[in-house]
Amino acid sequence: MTVYRQTLDGHTYTFDGIVDLLAKATPQRSGDELAGCAATSDAERAAAQWALADVELATFLQHPVMPYETDDVTRLIIDRHDAAAFAPVRSLTVGEFRDWLLAVAARPDAADVLTPLAPGLTPEMVAAVSKLMRNADLMAVAKAARVTTAFRNTIGLPGRLATRLQPNHPTDDAKGVAAAVLDGLLLGSGDAVIGINPATDSPATVAELLRLLDDIRSRFDIPTQTCVLTHVTTTLDLMRQGAPVDLVFQSIAGTQGGNASFGVEIEMLAEARDVALNLGRGTVGNDVMYFETGQGSALSAGAHLGVDGRPVDQQTLEVRAYGLAREFHPLLVNTVVGFIGPEYLYDGKQIIRAGLEDYCCGKLLGLPMGVDVCYTNHAEADQDDMDSLLMLLAAAGVGFVIAVPGADDVMLGYQSLAFHDVLSARSVLGLRPAPEFETWLQTVGLSDERGGIRLIDPSGSALQQLTAVS
Amino acid sequence: MSTTPETTGPPTGPDFWTRLRETTPSRIGLARTGDAITTRHLLEFRSAHAAARDAVHEPLDVAALTEQVTALGLGDPVTVASRAAGRSEYLRRPDFGRHPADLGPLDDVPRGRDIAVVLADGLSPRALSEHGAPLVGAIVEALGDRWSIAPPVIATQARVALGDHIGAALEVGTLIVVIGERPGLSVADSLGVYLTQGPRVGLTDADRNCVSNIHPPGGLSYAQAARVVAGLVEGARALGRSGVALKDTSRAAVEAAERSALD
Repeated sequence: MTVYRQTLDGHTYTFDGIVDLLAKATPQRSGDELAGCAATSDAERAAAQWALADVELATFLQHPVMPYETDDVTRLIIDRHDAAAFAPVRSLTVGEFRDWLLAVAARPDAADVLTPLAPGLTPEMVAAVSKLMRNADLMAVAKAARVTTAFRNTIGLPGRLATRLQPNHPTDDAKGVAAAVLDGLLLGSGDAVIGINPATDSPATVAELLRLLDDIRSRFDIPTQTCVLTHVTTTLDLMRQGAPVDLVFQSIAGTQGGNASFGVEIEMLAEARDVALNLGRGTVGNDVMYFETGQGSALSAGAHLGVDGRPVDQQTLEVRAYGLAREFHPLLVNTVVGFIGPEYLYDGKQIIRAGLEDYCCGKLLGLPMGVDVCYTNHAEADQDDMDSLLMLLAAAGVGFVIAVPGADDVMLGYQSLAFHDVLSARSVLGLRPAPEFETWLQTVGLSDERGGIRLIDPSGSALQQLTAVS
Repeated sequence: MSTTPETTGPPTGPDFWTRLRETTPSRIGLARTGDAITTRHLLEFRSAHAAARDAVHEPLDVAALTEQVTALGLGDPVTVASRAAGRSEYLRRPDFGRHPADLGPLDDVPRGRDIAVVLADGLSPRALSEHGAPLVGAIVEALGDRWSIAPPVIATQARVALGDHIGAALEVGTLIVVIGERPGLSVADSLGVYLTQGPRVGLTDADRNCVSNIHPPGGLSYAQAARVVAGLVEGARALGRSGVALKDTSRAAVEAAERSALD
């Protein structure tokens, strides 16, 4: 094991191997403190960042944080690494890579440089460089990278901000779900996906919700995709029974053990993707997968111990989940950044930082990143923090965010963004919905000539009929 | 003439959203001012958030709860604290919340009873204060007199798995942990019940059965929840274990209980 040493103000700090160094170089995070891998002082953290800056990027190919032999995510990362794509940055250290990225990001052809680089980067390289970046660095690099995906509309184009309309209901009541869908559509939401977290995992209920959403979408000819976020195996069975599945959803983590705790294996995801592709339901593209991630999931499953049994920091593990996601060319990936609780991200500052890290790292790896800008009631955060994170993400070109009626998710018991918040971000920053969805909003009279969402009387809108669920 | 013509937009049928709100507790149809929600909705949201946060941070009134629980006649309750020294540490260190600071208070509690009940503050001490004693009363009633029950234990700064230490120390067959759930904006006083057969240190969530959303009048009633818990106790004791393997047995037991309740 390489021992890294760094002297700072006359004190020499030592770091036992790359796993320890990555963890100690991470900005302060309650989850790393819980895991026992965080720096114990600000000075030790600064020393770790100095030492990490000198590590060569190629080191991460030779020294995985989780063992190659026992972790299938590591095998995927290493086996899929594209040496030719890596060539432009192969000789750089982590610190030099930050400088290089920021220089590229300032160039007009940044996207043309960063897109072909993505297959040459591993999650660990990207996690490492993000630890040296400030929030504005994360924003600049994320905005410069470009990732567009498509199914019935196009996500990720410059100048656009899409939303997942999340019409959750505590008992999966069809009328209640439909009412929330109407509320969201009237406020210009739903272009990334109309996606429900069902309260039950009963396949029959999931099938009913899939039919409900598909009926609404097709009746009003809405150029979007729908999804019921249930386990991949349930979706696979339902597809085989002919249920109207647009997107295959799954929560994923950055370690084999973390995925096992979700009941997921890589082969399952590949199989489900094949079946969904064969349904041929996309119109402008055929990206059929939707993944959710979030810092802390591996630790929460006790599946965070890496080489030599050392705890791997939660941000590095999160980026490894993106390494898994990109294998399946998803339409959407979102980090549910503040969902798990303050034991992983303590307050608004940690949530905002983590949201920007996740977005930037996913984008650099070539993923269509979105963020559930959110928090729980036992975290030290409030809606002002969500406003800040939303505006930072939107300014940095995030593909989509999640929105629920009034920011209050009554099924999962946490706060996300309100549909109104997305309207504010679009108007403050001059952003528009996905193009196909924007055209639809104009066609049905919801959007005015300047692209703003009209204040209309819903009882006079044809859309109100979508709540007439039998 | 209105001085704020953009506040609510064109006239909306007064019952339009009212009718739809009967179908969901979601905050649908919030009036707009520009792109934002109106002041009234903003303040309603902040009030709900404040209530939820207060529910997390208000300390449990142990004396008042002890008095209520004593009245159940199960013996004098004792209190066990977790290793988490205060609320801030509790929130950051779930591992501390799962370990007792000191099991000494259990020294005089009789060992080897069939069932022990732990009343844990969890993330909503208010839920425990409001619903804890009546729920335990309902559970005891639903269990009938077939089982011996240990004197109740009140646990502070507690996570669910703290109960495993208590149950193991008391050498009980079945452990029932009643705990305050993470408050949402709509409900800040919801209780959950976790049942473990053969409690011992090191069990995981896969070894427990959970009944959640107990908060009358909006959620499960005490009697409904108690019936489900009693069914789970029957199932767990018949099966000799709890958790994933218990589901079908308990469902059958609960359905049987509900049928007999209808008779």
